[in-house]
Amino acid sequence: MTAPPDDCLARNEWICGAYLSTRRRILLDAVVQHLQLTVLSVLIGLAVALPLAVLARRWGWTAGPVLAVTTVLYTIPSLAMFSLLLPLYGLSATLVVAGLVLYSLTLLVRNILAGLRAVPEDTRQAARGLGYGPVRLLLTVELPLALPAAMAGLRIATVSAVSLVTVGAIVGFGGLGNLIYAGMNTYFKAQVLTASVLCVLIAVAADLLLLGVQWLITPWTRAGRTRMPSGRGRPRGSRARDVSTTEAGGA
Amino acid sequence: MSTLPATWHWLADPAHWSGDDGVWHRLLQHLVLTVVCLFLSCLIALPVALVLGHLGKGGALAVNISNVGRAVPTFAVLVLLLLTPVGRWGEGPTVVALVLFAVPPLLTNAYVGMREVDRGVVRAARGMGMTGRQMLLRVELPLALPMVLNGVRIAAVQLVATATIAALAGGGGLGRIITAGFNLASTPQVVAGALLVAVFALVVEGAFEIAERLAPGWSRGGR
Repeated sequence: MTAPPDDCLARNEWICGAYLSTRRRILLDAVVQHLQLTVLSVLIGLAVALPLAVLARRWGWTAGPVLAVTTVLYTIPSLAMFSLLLPLYGLSATLVVAGLVLYSLTLLVRNILAGLRAVPEDTRQAARGLGYGPVRLLLTVELPLALPAAMAGLRIATVSAVSLVTVGAIVGFGGLGNLIYAGMNTYFKAQVLTASVLCVLIAVAADLLLLGVQWLITPWTRAGRTRMPSGRGRPRGSRARDVSTTEAGGA
Repeated sequence: MSTLPATWHWLADPAHWSGDDGVWHRLLQHLVLTVVCLFLSCLIALPVALVLGHLGKGGALAVNISNVGRAVPTFAVLVLLLLTPVGRWGEGPTVVALVLFAVPPLLTNAYVGMREVDRGVVRAARGMGMTGRQMLLRVELPLALPMVLNGVRIAAVQLVATATIAALAGGGGLGRIITAGFNLASTPQVVAGALLVAVFALVVEGAFEIAERLAPGWSRGGR
């Protein structure tokens, strides 16, 4: 369906089927890069945030400094963050991942810590009474109970990461952001709109996917309520969101 | 690592601070953009959020809108606006994008703050014969103020960040020093610009922190 000279590409329209069919390869590569950068940075962020949150929970005095440092990191605008890391990593994908990891830390540490703190003291006592040691208590009681709050943080961190990857275009590793950047310089409307929409779709898909995972790994949270269609946990989602909006950006 | 001394030299050179591309001019642009857009977005978001919160309506919208704001990339919106007719009037796309991204945290926090006001207090106010308007202005708003101000703080920090990204799409502000540094392949300039932006963002955050400390006791949050 490529009508030669007078197609929507030549007319530079916002919505263009011909763009989708002719640039499929480029779009796919950009989406793959976008996903790789997002997944990698969120996973590394999680691997760093979990010990930090456990540390802050176990030794209360470390909570202040940990939260303060991650909040300061979160305050730094993304473009500046990537730029500050330039001398360390050069123009590389590592730079983008490092920047995104630093961002996800705040959201993840805050939410995991909030989840751990919300474990009722009675529950902890009961587990101790059953002869649980500190490690077993953490792994089999506290962490599972902290899962809903932690998953809420993970969802926000992932959605933010998807959107922040685009800023990586400044160093040439921005996934769909690269297409937006190139499209801006060449005034290519279809490319900018398509890449932007794909970006939002990835964010929404990632959010729904994590919501589904949360539904699967926390069966006890849905035991008490009347049966809901799977994958649609609006009430839980909105509660988690309150935590994030009220806690983001300052302690 | 030779970047740090080079960055210092860049910052110490008075030539980099004056003129239209100088730090002072960019700083002023950044500050004006942030303040004007914060004012505009407060003007748009707060009345809506306070009234919705008072009436207890539109909660799903007010709470979900900041999630939507998070999922939409700032950079994409800036470029999209640049390619629309708005892009022709100078700082137009920047201002519109900045306001768009500052409204969600304002709306959500103000709404949640209004809804979290103790219902018993609100009922007591109604029992004393207060009209809806009096309840809103004299009871609910003062009690919701810490949350409302928290939203203003988050919005301000968000504005500083968005104004920086605006430089990628040709907007003014401190981000311009960074993008110019990338174009010149000058790492010291990039790092110097980034430092200035980071310090600016932290100063904004710090200013709110201090304002919160100085505020009278009742307006402080329970934290």
